[in-house]
Amino acid sequence: MSAQPVPPRQPALSNEEILRYSRHLIMPEVGMEGQLRLKQSKVLLVGTGGLGAPLGMYLAAAGVGTIGLVDFDVVDFTNLQRQVIHGTKDVGRPKLDSAAERMADINPHVRIIKHDTMLSSKNALAILKDYDVVADGTDNFPTRYLVNDACVLLGKPNAYASIFRFEGQCSVFGYAGGPCYRCLYPEPPPPGLVPSCAEGGVLGILPGLVGTMQATEVIKILLGKGDLLVGRLMLFDAMAMRFRELKLRKNPDCPICGERRTIHQLIDYHEFCGIPRHEPPPAPGLKDWEIDPVEVKAKMDRGERFYILDVREPHEYQICSIPGGHLIPLGELPQRVHELDTADEIVAHCRSGMRSAKAVDFLRQAGFKKVKNMVGGILAWSDKVDPRVPKY
Amino acid sequence: MAKVLIPTPLRQYAGKNDAVEVAGATVGEALGKLIDNHPDLRRHLYNDEGRLRSFVNVYVNDEDIRYLKKEHTQLASGDVISIVPSIAGGGF
Repeated sequence: MSAQPVPPRQPALSNEEILRYSRHLIMPEVGMEGQLRLKQSKVLLVGTGGLGAPLGMYLAAAGVGTIGLVDFDVVDFTNLQRQVIHGTKDVGRPKLDSAAERMADINPHVRIIKHDTMLSSKNALAILKDYDVVADGTDNFPTRYLVNDACVLLGKPNAYASIFRFEGQCSVFGYAGGPCYRCLYPEPPPPGLVPSCAEGGVLGILPGLVGTMQATEVIKILLGKGDLLVGRLMLFDAMAMRFRELKLRKNPDCPICGERRTIHQLIDYHEFCGIPRHEPPPAPGLKDWEIDPVEVKAKMDRGERFYILDVREPHEYQICSIPGGHLIPLGELPQRVHELDTADEIVAHCRSGMRSAKAVDFLRQAGFKKVKNMVGGILAWSDKVDPRVPKY
Repeated sequence: MAKVLIPTPLRQYAGKNDAVEVAGATVGEALGKLIDNHPDLRRHLYNDEGRLRSFVNVYVNDEDIRYLKKEHTQLASGDVISIVPSIAGGGF
């Protein structure tokens, strides 16, 4: 008599888990079979920001057995308006730690795997290959195309959503030979033509709604139940409170999922999106958050738009100032930070550059990514740019 | 007349309207009228060669015009044209 194959190991639910999941277990669409399926499943969340927050919390609560998180960012104050997986106490902590802690509190039965890295063409296939479903909650075009291509190459379904101001898009890509992100948009917009959330803003509850739609699709894929958003693009407008559904067809000429595909491995997605891989390096001797007064003057002469933040005291401002400066004394900055816009390029200065260095530190912590300190302050401005400005 | 739904990122170039009624027998004509009325929209919808940009999809009702007759797609009264550009935000 030949040996029988060993049946796959079925994890059982503990009594505590049966109680926890009882509202799932008593509905036929999930039941014990579905709940065990969730427990055996592995889902990767790319990004633990606005979309990642509801995804992480609801998928953990639902009992998805293994949830991987990819992020490299730290929590800042500007995140808290929508990224409800992080709290005020978490500002300055890695988002991975903060999110994992919250998810473990919601459901200690979930295994959380932290991938503390930026997803790239080098690591994406290795990270994604162990998961059943990927949920893309990133904030930029290069990573959107990277996640899509990696999912198509590995044959993983990708629960997709994207948001802007008060509008969202949601779909499921690469499921059972269905259309992919490149079928929807073959190419990204050139840099600068489409504003990001940091530049255009986003209604705080929007990622809550849209990320929950994404999580719904993840659960349905895992359960194998319901009508998925495969071949359908769902649009949501929060201001109109209106959903619209459009047909999404598989593009026969799609370069990655079409019949005559031309992409067989991951490419350079920054190049594909026309984005320089690195910011131009700072001048010799300067840190990347520092700028020389001569360069500030050159930016003014080129007519570039940027915000000049003067963090001195009002009585110093009366002595002298540089053109276009907005006075917010260092001590008032935490209360008046809302007067600044994270989308603006900001150059901070003071008399010698010491106080403005503190201001730049504070603003960077608060989520301002385009803020620089004018080194040497007004003293250096007087020496190098305009000797008519008195030193004091 | 067809109704063109303007997406959030483009409303600033369309007089802040979320929808505009335009006349036109085809999608191309209707979009041409739209751009005549709101010239700032042109560079967001068309590239320098005058072709619809590949990150802007246009739908008549729920169908992508790429799978109809593209800009030659005929319009019937009451049709709704949707402009759906690519957005990348995840609320980071």
